[in-house]
Order: sequence, then C-alpha cells, then structure tokens
Amino acid sequence: MILTAEQQAILNGEKGETLAKVMKTLVMYGDAFEAEKLVPITSNYNHLVTSFGLKVMSPVYDLMQQILDADVTSSQKFSVDPRPLDSNVPANFLQNFVFKNFMYTKQDFYEEQLKKLGLMDEDAFTCACYMDEVGNKPKKGDVLSWAESSAVVYANSVLGARCNRNSGIIDIMGSIVGYVPYFGLLTDEGRKATWVVKIETTKKPEAQLLGSAIGMKVMEDVPYVIGLDKWLGTELNDEACTYLKDFGAATASNGAVGLYHIDNLTPEAVELGKKLIAEGAKEYIIDDAELERVKNDYPVIWKNPDAKPKLCFMGCPHMSLQQLKDWTDKVEASLKENGNKKVLIPTVFTAAPKVLEAFNKTEYAERLKATGVITSYICPLMYMNNPLCKKMPVITSSNKLRTYTSARYYTDDEILAAITKGGKLK
Amino acid sequence: MREFKGRVVTPGEVTAEALVTTQGFNTLASFQMALQFGDKEVKCGDQNNADINGKSMINKALCLPQTIGSTTGGLVLYCACAMEKNPACMLFANHIDSLAAAGAVLADVWVDKITMPVIDCLGDEFLNYVKDGMKITVKADGTVIVEE
Repeated sequence: MILTAEQQAILNGEKGETLAKVMKTLVMYGDAFEAEKLVPITSNYNHLVTSFGLKVMSPVYDLMQQILDADVTSSQKFSVDPRPLDSNVPANFLQNFVFKNFMYTKQDFYEEQLKKLGLMDEDAFTCACYMDEVGNKPKKGDVLSWAESSAVVYANSVLGARCNRNSGIIDIMGSIVGYVPYFGLLTDEGRKATWVVKIETTKKPEAQLLGSAIGMKVMEDVPYVIGLDKWLGTELNDEACTYLKDFGAATASNGAVGLYHIDNLTPEAVELGKKLIAEGAKEYIIDDAELERVKNDYPVIWKNPDAKPKLCFMGCPHMSLQQLKDWTDKVEASLKENGNKKVLIPTVFTAAPKVLEAFNKTEYAERLKATGVITSYICPLMYMNNPLCKKMPVITSSNKLRTYTSARYYTDDEILAAITKGGKLK
Repeated sequence: MREFKGRVVTPGEVTAEALVTTQGFNTLASFQMALQFGDKEVKCGDQNNADINGKSMINKALCLPQTIGSTTGGLVLYCACAMEKNPACMLFANHIDSLAAAGAVLADVWVDKITMPVIDCLGDEFLNYVKDGMKITVKADGTVIVEE
C-alpha cells in the first residue's frame, strides 16, 4: 500500500505507539484486500456497532482504554448501536439479575469510554442512525468508516454512500486516523452486481423474507434486483425506504450483503441502470414458491414448538416514525375487529430514542399505549442474547433477530394476527 | 494426503484437527453464547449451520468458505483470541471477507500472547476434500497439508 508522508509518519510511530498500532491495523486490513491506498473519510459522522458493556467483551474495553490513555480520540463524532437494556421491556427477576450482575456489568464504564471518544450525544444509540430524527445521514458518495451491517447496507444502497462492511473496532480506528483503506465497496468495480435477482411473485414480497432469501443465496456479493419496483414504485419515499431498511438488514444478516441495487429505485441503479451488472453475473429467480421454501426451511429451536409465545419483538432494525404510526393503526384496527382491547402477547416496538421522542409528541403514542404495546429503545438482539431468553418463546418479523437468537420468524400479517386475534401460530 | 497453497493473511505455523463448515461461518452466532457463558469447549452456537452447530471450535483448524453476518464479527473473533478461545487457525476456501480480516488483523496487532494463522484463497477443491477430524498442518508460506 502506498502511504502519504503523513500516514507513513503515523505508522512509524512519530505520533506515538498507540496511533502507530491503529495505523498498522488499518494498513494490514487494507493489505488483505490489496488496497493500494488509504482515502479520507468524508461523512460528517461515524457509526459504531459496539454499544454493549458485556463483561465477556473486556478485551474490547481494554483496547479502547489503551486508545484513551494515549490521548487519542475520534476525529468524527459518532452514533452507536442501541443500548442492551431498558426497564420498560418485560423481564423476570432472574433475567434482570443476570442482565445486571453477570452480563452487562461494563455498560456504564463503556458508555463513559464512548463519551470520551466522541459519542454524538446521550441519545445517539440506535442501529438506524440514518433516520432524519437521529441526524447521522450521509450524502451520496460520502466515504464512511461505519460498522453495523444493517446501517452499512442501507447507507451504501439507499443513500449511495461508500462503505465496506467494517467490523467493530475497525470502525472507530478509521475515524481516529481519518482514513479507510480503498477497496471493495468503495470502488466503482466493487459496486458492480455479480447477481441478477428477478422478482416474479404474485404479491408484494415480505421485506425480511425476501432479504433473507437473497442474502442466503448471494452471500457477500452485490445483487441487482429486477421487478421489485413493481411493488415499491420508483420513488424513494418513506414507505420504500422503510421496506429497504428491513429488506437490507435481512440480506446482511442472513448473508453478508453490503450493497444491493434495486432497478429503477436506488440511486446508482437509477443513474447507471443495468450497466451496474458485471459480465457473467449469475441469476436467481424468486417466486412465491421460493419464498415459501425459504421460510419453511428456518429451523424451529423452541423446546416446545407449539408453545404459546411469551413476547413479541418488532423493530430489528429499529422502526421508523412512519412505521410506528402505521403499526398503531394496524394494531388498533385489528384489535377492534377481533373484539379485543389489548394485545394478547406482551409486545415491544423498538425505535431510536429520538424517533420515540418524536413519536411521543404525536397523538399516536397514547393510542399505541392504549393497545398495550410497549415502546423501547432497546436492542432486541442484546436482550435475547442469553440462555434464559433462549428458553423463552419469542416471536418476531425480524429475520435478523431470528438469525442470531431463538426468536421465531413470522410475517408482519402473522404477527399482527398473533398479537391482536390470538389462536395457534403455524 | 493433499497439499493446498493459499495466501497468508496473518502468519504462523500450526497442526490441528479439521472442523469444516461448507456454508458461511456466522462469527457472532457461532461464538456469542460460548464466550459469554464460559464454555470451555467453545461449542458453535449457530443454529443455522448444521455442519458445525454444537461442535467444539477451540484449537481446531476451522475450514470455511468465508464468514457472514453481523459486523461485530471481527471484534468477536478478536475477543476469542484475546481470551484464548480461538480456533488454532482459519482456512478460507474463498478470499477472506472484511469481518474475518478485521478480526485476524486485530488479534495479530493487539494480542501479544496468541498466534492464529489465517490463510485464504485455498479454493473450492480444498473445501470439497477436507473433512472433520482430518489432520491439518499449516506452513508459514501458506501451504496447507491435509492428511486423512
């Protein structure tokens, strides 16, 4: 890799041993991809994936402390993934005991580290940092050092920014030196699609199911999706962006997709069209039967597959303001239709603190509260990431949550029926 | 016995027993429970990976196409190394992905006490040939010897 004089000086230790190690990490990381240079980060803010003070992750906090002790900070302010705990979310005595005394004992310590390193503000905890209310929304062409797979794929695909699927720790190291290695999704060549996915369904595909199917098929490759504009339209409006948020999160967690193009909809596809498709691209056709096959193949790991769900999580990734409003309408209407007043399964909708703040200023907040649905800024994945929750039958329409936990996936319609009407889930 | 030649991502030499996944290795899903609750065998916890779910990963030669999933993957791998709960080596059939590369590099630069050789670009034939329990020897130049 060819470094500038300034970068070489940092690598040589002229600005201290710790900064030299940070630079060495980025250079070795770039070398693994034959990156020829480091390029400047151009976004206003960074986004980090590590938000949790898990005792077991002590090596991460030790590394962060080495950085802080060397008086090194991030050149950018940053947002970070959601907090793992919220007293609003139902948890029994044993769960609370385990959360507070065994698992997240480093939370306060780590949040102090984040503040010193450059946290945007106390409410900057969300996986959906690109929401208008949060304010970390990069421009088309911006070069980022982000992590969080769902945020990276959204920034690349929907916003047209340029970011590799960076890991936690690499994310902050990029903004400490102000550069990232130039490879992969930062390059024009790396943004070309090596898969063409044709959507031939008879109805609008469920976002998180479609994303799952594509993620598992293409893995880390870039798909160019044809036929989805029939269902989403050709304008990146709130509804389309929300769909793509959930779709992208599933492609990234069920596979390793960092960028997708949607024909006639996402910015680069609108600009360049099928020129984005690489020569020899493979093809994947998705119809109703294929989506059904994918859904039926998900393993059921509940001890009792027929157990009555004890909790429902919606909002992984975090919900948008419009999504909260739409779901308020849906839950209210379906409860009324079925002669119920409150949801039949404890249900939590999760969103960014600032989205919840905006939601709470609307008349929808009281209406949603009246249905019994709880709102929270929590990360459902972090909440469920322990053996006590593994035994708990939890339902969700998040394919990301399904992938990493014992939560069972159902479509939005199935979830709505389960929480408002009841009856046995298939 | 067969020899495969790959590219050295992080250097080292080791001999270990093969543990093979033919599908993408989800680092977070595989390690999270084992690390969090002190499983000494570091059994894989990825319910979606029938190849290795429930099998011990510590000190094994982990043979895989690539890693997938959450961008915490690199730091999870780094933590596994810092806690000495890592595989003996990681052998990729494909080009290494950005998350695994981050984890391997972080461990190499920031963890003094551990060496986990990482070799990539070993090819599909490597993954077709190698099976659980085979003896793997990794040489410093990226040569991987597989013995039945």
